[in-house]
Amino acid sequence: MPRGTRALIGCAMLPSSSLPAAEVAVAPVVPALTFAGPGSAAAMNFSEVFKLSSLLCKFSPDGKYLASCVQYRLVIRDVNTLQILQLYTCLDQIQHIEWSADSLFILCAMYKRGLVQVWSLEQPEWHCRIDEGSAGLVASCWSPDGRHILNTTEFHLRITVWSLCTKSVSYIKYPKACQQGITFTRDGRYMALAERRDCKDHVSVFVCSDWQLLRHFDTETQDLAGIEWAPNGCVLAVWDTCLEYKVLLYSLDGRLLSAYCAYEWSLGVKSVAWSPSSQFLAVGSYDGKVRILNHVTWKMITEFGHPATVNNPKIVVYKEAEKNPRLALGRLAFPPPRAAAGPASTTESKYEIASAPVSLQTLKPIADRANPKIGIGALAFSPDNYFLATRNDSVPNAVWIWDVQKLRLFVVLEQLSPVRSFQWDPQQPRLAICTGGGKVYLWSPAGCVSVQVPGEGDFQVLSLCWHFSGDSLALLSKDHFCLCFLETEERVGTAFGRPGDHT
Amino acid sequence: MGEWMTVTDPDLSSENKNICQYTSETKMSPSSLYSQQVLCSSIPLSKNVHSFFSAFCTEENIEQSISYLDQEQLETSRREMIGLQERDRQLQCKNRNLHQLLKNEKDEVQKLQNIIASRATQYNHDMKRKEREYNKLKERLHQLVMNKKDKKIAMEVLNYVGRADGKRGSWRTGKTEASFFLRNEDEMYKILLNDYEYRQKQILMENAELKKVLQQMKKEMISLLSPQKQKPRERADDSTGTVISDAEEDAGELSRESMWDLSCETVREQLTNSIRKQWRILKSHVEKLDNQVSKVHLEGFNDEDVISRQDHEQETEKLELEIQQCKEMIKTQQQLLQQQLATACDDDTTSLLRDCYLLEEKERLKEEWSLFKEQKKNFEKERRSFTEAAIRLGLERKAFEEERASWLKQQFLNMTTFDHQNSENMKLFSAFSGSSDRDSLTVHSRPRQKKPHGVSNGSPVRTSKLTKSLPASPSTSDFCQTRSCASEHSSINVLNITPEETKPNPVGREGTNQKWSRASRPASQEGCYSGRSSTCTNSHVEKDDLP
Repeated sequence: MPRGTRALIGCAMLPSSSLPAAEVAVAPVVPALTFAGPGSAAAMNFSEVFKLSSLLCKFSPDGKYLASCVQYRLVIRDVNTLQILQLYTCLDQIQHIEWSADSLFILCAMYKRGLVQVWSLEQPEWHCRIDEGSAGLVASCWSPDGRHILNTTEFHLRITVWSLCTKSVSYIKYPKACQQGITFTRDGRYMALAERRDCKDHVSVFVCSDWQLLRHFDTETQDLAGIEWAPNGCVLAVWDTCLEYKVLLYSLDGRLLSAYCAYEWSLGVKSVAWSPSSQFLAVGSYDGKVRILNHVTWKMITEFGHPATVNNPKIVVYKEAEKNPRLALGRLAFPPPRAAAGPASTTESKYEIASAPVSLQTLKPIADRANPKIGIGALAFSPDNYFLATRNDSVPNAVWIWDVQKLRLFVVLEQLSPVRSFQWDPQQPRLAICTGGGKVYLWSPAGCVSVQVPGEGDFQVLSLCWHFSGDSLALLSKDHFCLCFLETEERVGTAFGRPGDHT
Repeated sequence: MGEWMTVTDPDLSSENKNICQYTSETKMSPSSLYSQQVLCSSIPLSKNVHSFFSAFCTEENIEQSISYLDQEQLETSRREMIGLQERDRQLQCKNRNLHQLLKNEKDEVQKLQNIIASRATQYNHDMKRKEREYNKLKERLHQLVMNKKDKKIAMEVLNYVGRADGKRGSWRTGKTEASFFLRNEDEMYKILLNDYEYRQKQILMENAELKKVLQQMKKEMISLLSPQKQKPRERADDSTGTVISDAEEDAGELSRESMWDLSCETVREQLTNSIRKQWRILKSHVEKLDNQVSKVHLEGFNDEDVISRQDHEQETEKLELEIQQCKEMIKTQQQLLQQQLATACDDDTTSLLRDCYLLEEKERLKEEWSLFKEQKKNFEKERRSFTEAAIRLGLERKAFEEERASWLKQQFLNMTTFDHQNSENMKLFSAFSGSSDRDSLTVHSRPRQKKPHGVSNGSPVRTSKLTKSLPASPSTSDFCQTRSCASEHSSINVLNITPEETKPNPVGREGTNQKWSRASRPASQEGCYSGRSSTCTNSHVEKDDLP
C-alpha cells in the first residue's frame, strides 16, 4: 500500500492525498452528523442516544430489528427508523437476551431468578415462561432451529432442552463448565457438547432436529477448555486448559484427525478462531504468538509473533494521537465552548503513521497472579479470509492486522488506551475497534480513522456490534447506546469535503 | 654512540637490545621515517621523499638499513604474536568458563523441569481427588433437586408454535428410534462425503494448474536451452548434450498433450524427471555464466580498486590545491571589484557605462563564487569524513593501548623481583617525572631535531608532526611498562647527557608506536602528503585530544 494514500472508511483509495494520516474532522451537528475527510467519500451519521442497561443490545439476524434492554424492559426497534415496535416487560432485570435464528422470537434470561421469558414479534400477546426452579440457571441459548431453548442449571448439573413446539423436554447430563462448552454447526444441524464424567473429558455430538446422540467420544485432554466447529461443520476443534498447550481436531464422525502441541511446560492456548473458509485454524497462546494450522495436514504453516517493537519499515503503524484543538479562524468563540475544556475523552484524536522502528507500550505482567495479562486474548478473521486481527494482552493498546494471503504482518494500530473489543464488518474487510473512550475506530486496507461519538457529555464505547449488512454499527456504553450509520456513496464525500479541506 | 651503548647495554635485556640498536642508528632516522611510511601505507612516493631518501640511504649504510628494517619488522611481529597468543589463551580460558556456566545452567533447567513435572502430577492428582468429591456432591444435589418433583420447574406457554421448517412435530416411538439413528448416520456421512468430494475437487484443480505450470516451464526451458546449444555445436561433449535428445523426445510428448490429463504415475514421473533434467542443465549453465562473469569482474576490478584509492588521494590533493588557488583568485577579484567600484563611484561620467560591465562581471563572479562554494563544501565534507575516521581510529588506538597497558602492567607485576638495574631505572624515571614536564621536554627536543632534518628540504613538517604527536600517545604515558620505561629512560638519559644523541628518541618511539601509526593511516597520510601544515596540525590536534 503506497504511503500517503490513507483513505477513510469504506472508500477504496484516495487519488492523491499525501497527508500523514487519515484525519477526519467532526462537524458538531447532532443528531445527524456527517464526516468527511480529505477527499474521502465516507460519511458517518449517528443516531440519537438511547437508554440501555447491562450492554444488552442486539440486531435481529434478519437485520430488521434492534432489541435493547432497559432494566426489566425489552425494547424492539425498527433498524431504519429506530421507532419502537414492541415493548415487553419481564419479571425482573434482564441479564441476557438472544434472538432466535428466524428473528421471530427473542428470549430474555433472568439468571438470578432462574427464569427465561420468550417473546414473539409476530404475536405480541404470545408469551412463554420457563422456570428452572431450585435447580437454578446459569446459561440459556437457542437451538439453531429457533424452537428449542437450552438451559444450563447451576453447578452444570444438566442442560434442559425445552421445546416451543411440543411438550417434550430433553435433559443432557454432565455438561462441562468451561470457557466454551456448546457449539452448533453453521447449518444448525449438529451440536457438540463438552462433557465431564469420571474425571474425563468427552464430547457428544447431537442432531439438533431430534436431539439424538450421534457420536460420543472421549478427548485426550487434561481439562478441556473449549470446542468449536469449523464453519463447514465437518471438523471440531478442541482445546485444552491453559495449563497445557493442546489442540485436537475431530471429524464429525468422531475420528481424531490431528493433535497439535506447540510447546510444553508453559501456559498454553488462550484463544482460537477458524477462518470463514475453514481453511485455517488460528490458535493464540500465552507466549504471545498466533499459530496458523492448515486444513490439509493440520500442521502449523506459520507463526505470528507479537513483539513490542515493529522494525520492518514495510509495516504501517498507525498511532492514535491526540489532536491539538485547532483554532480555526472565524470559529473562535468567547467564552470558549464547554467542549474545549472538557475531559480528555472528548478531545479529538487522529492517526499518525509512525516510522519504523516503532516500540509499542507494553504491560509488565504480575507474575504471581492468576490470569496474567499476557498472550493473545482476542483474534478474528475478516469475513473474506484476507485478514486476521489479533490483540496481545501484554500490549493492550495495539491491534495487529495480519495479511493471511502473504502470511505476514500488515498493519498495527496503536490506540491511546487499551483495546476493549474489535469486530469485523460482516461484508467487507473493515474492522471496528473500541477502547472504552468516546471514540470509535475503523480500519480498512485503505486507511484508518478515529471518530468522536457526538453528543452531550461522555459516551464511552464499551462494546460494539455490526449490523449484518455492514451499513451500521451499534455502539454501547454503560447506560446508553447509539447507532452509527456508515454510508459510502461518493456523493456524500464530495459534498462535504475536498482534498485538503479538513473541516 | 658507542659509549652510550656500553652504558645502557648491560642493563637491558635481549629484547631491549634491539631498541638500543636501532636507536643508535642515528643517521638512519629520516630513512626510518620513510620505511615507517612504507610499512603503514602503499602510497606512492612523492618526489621530494625520493630525494630525501637517497640522501640518507647511501651505499655504505644500505645493509645497515636493510637489517634495521628487518629487525624492526621482526620485533613488531614478534610482539604482536606474543600479544595475540596471550589473548588467545585468555579467550580460551573464558570459553572454558562459559562452557562450565552453560552446563550449570542446563542442569538447572533440567532440575526445574523435573520440579515442574512432579508438581504437575501432584496437581493433577489433587484435582482428580477434588473432582471426585465434587462429583459426589453434584450427584447428591441432583438427586435432591431433580427427584423432588420440583413443581416450579416448568414451562408456561400460551400455545405451542409451529416448527421453523413448517413441518409438524413428529412423534417418536420405540420402533422408529433405530431408523432415526440410521437416518442421522446416513446424513452425517453424506455431509462428510460431500466435504471430502469438494476438497478432492479443489485439490484436483490445483494439481491441474500446477501441471500446466510445470508443462509450460518445461516448454520454456527447452526453447531457452536449445538455440543456445545449436551455436556451440563443437562443445557437444558438454553436459548440455542431452538437451537435444531431450527436446526431440519432448516434442513428441507434447503432441500427446492429452496424456497429461491422466494422473497416471508414469506420466507424472516423466514430467518430473524431464523437468529435473532440464533444471539441472539450466543450473549448470547459469553457474558457468556466473563463473565467467565473476572472472571478468575480478580481472577488471582488482587493479582498478587499488588505483582508484591512490587516485582518490592524489585527486583530493590536487583539488585542495585548486580550491586554494580559486580562493585566492576570488579574493583578488573581489579586491579588484571593490577598487573598481570605488573608482566608479568617483567617476560619474563613466559609471553608467561601467555599471553594465560590472553587473555582467558581478554576475559571472557570483556564478563562479557559488561554484567554488559548492566545491569547498564538498571538500569540507570530505575532510570531515577523514577526521571522523581519524577519531574512530584514535578510539581504537586508545582501546588497544589500554589493553596493552593492562597486559604490561600485569607482566610487570608478575616480575616480583626487581633486579638491581630495574629498580635503578625506576628511580631514575620517577626522578624525571617529578622534576620535568613532558611537554617542555618535547619542546626542548624539537629544535635539536630540526637541525639534522633541515638538511633535507621539506622534512620539517613531518618531524614536527611526529614530535608533536608523540607525547600525547598513550603508550608513553603508561609508565608501568618495563620495556618502554627502559627505552624512555635511555632516551632521557641521552637527552640529559649528550644532546647529539637526541635523534634516536623519536625513532625509537616510532618503533613502539608503529602499530598505532599504521592503524591511523588516513589521517597520517593526509598529514604527510598534503604538504599543508594547517591541515596536518588540525587533524593531529583533533586526534590527540581524543584519547
